[in-house]
Amino acid sequence: MNVTKKFKGLSRELIALRVAGELEDGTYVNLGIGIPTLVSDWIEGRDIVLQAELGMLNTGPLASQDEVEQDLINASCQPVTELPGSCYFSENESFAMIRGGYMDAAVLGALQVSEKGDLAGWQNPSRGLSEDIGNIGGSMDLAVGARKVIVAMMHVTNDGQAKIVKECSYPLTAQAVVDLIVTDLAVIEVTPKGLLLREVAAGLTAEDVQSVTEAKLIVSPDLTEIQL
Amino acid sequence: MDKVYPGVDEAVADVPDGASIAISGFFTAGTPVPLIQALVKQGAKDLTIICMQMGPGNEDINQLVVNKQVKKAICNYPFYRSATRGADSPAEQAVRAGELEMEVYPMGTFTEKLRAAGAGLAAFYTPTGVGTVVERGKEKRKFGDNEYLLELALKPDYAFVYAYQGDRMGNLTCHLTARNYNPEMAAAGKITIAAVENVVEPGKLDGDTIHVPGIYVQRVVKVDRPSYFPTID
Repeated sequence: MNVTKKFKGLSRELIALRVAGELEDGTYVNLGIGIPTLVSDWIEGRDIVLQAELGMLNTGPLASQDEVEQDLINASCQPVTELPGSCYFSENESFAMIRGGYMDAAVLGALQVSEKGDLAGWQNPSRGLSEDIGNIGGSMDLAVGARKVIVAMMHVTNDGQAKIVKECSYPLTAQAVVDLIVTDLAVIEVTPKGLLLREVAAGLTAEDVQSVTEAKLIVSPDLTEIQL
Repeated sequence: MDKVYPGVDEAVADVPDGASIAISGFFTAGTPVPLIQALVKQGAKDLTIICMQMGPGNEDINQLVVNKQVKKAICNYPFYRSATRGADSPAEQAVRAGELEMEVYPMGTFTEKLRAAGAGLAAFYTPTGVGTVVERGKEKRKFGDNEYLLELALKPDYAFVYAYQGDRMGNLTCHLTARNYNPEMAAAGKITIAAVENVVEPGKLDGDTIHVPGIYVQRVVKVDRPSYFPTID
């Protein structure tokens, strides 16, 4: 679906802030590349342990220039710092944790999410590569293994294509795994009955959000402005 | 037992044409760059490279592609995130031109294929990839309520690994997040070559903090600690 309307909503940073509000204290969380990585800026001081899938728990904030240790990076290859209680392990053990069901939540970016909660996020066909080749990275394991999957993304593509769709047309990351979608325009829960529109960005109506969403939205009776 | 080789050139000298080589490293961290450079110099061809990425954070590996030494790459995050940057990358260009075969696996499956090989297992069932292109051509089996894919072990002829410290017997200690693929790749390789920053005499390392037991390592070579700023941008 090509979207003609343009709405102004949250910045990438504020999408990350809204996601941070969804994370519970006392949990282990993995943040994917892109907007999800920004969530770490909003949870400093909270009782949330971040995993970096190359083999670290309790990943600290990004390193300042004089703190950079080249052997200490996050999964986006950014230099990070330790926190009290940080620990290290092999990548294999990291994915045993992920598939083993120990991650309370994963925050992932997406190219498309379907009304059934299918996630497509690792391969954009516009790049012109064969559809079984691309950067799968840790996304498939996280989507399958995390107890809760939160997608953080812009609501439509830069060139105006809807990303919340009836059926994903891009190669899937995993089937029926997404629990919550947080975008610049809305917060949408994936429920057995369909997509439940819970929150909309300031100044927008449910109709506005539906007009840039291919999948049918069920409007929550408790619809509110996005809670930041 | 002394597994120390005089230098990286001697350590990779016997890699034959057609060999499969697992190369460790998560982007910039824990990548045995001096061994890759030695392999470029050595010139073995028709190689199968088993490595997270073919460029991002690991530009040196592209020299193997430019040299036309690589027949096939088995990866989990092969390309630059940016399509523009990818278009300039030798590995992505070679894939597009049909000059480089490529297989891509989910990261957890990739590392488990190596772990299984090192542990003497033929295959394993994983829930990852069910319902995606990854399941093509693979046995799918239901256990309880869930479906799993049969993935085969992957045993490379050589493994190139990296460690912060190691002794002459091949016991290795990695550093922080530079551990990543190193332990499983070391165990998987029929011949494992470890590039080690600090090579010490047996007894100098705390045996209780070894990440790679020496039994998995056949060759140890001292390398200088590289200095770089970690980035894939």
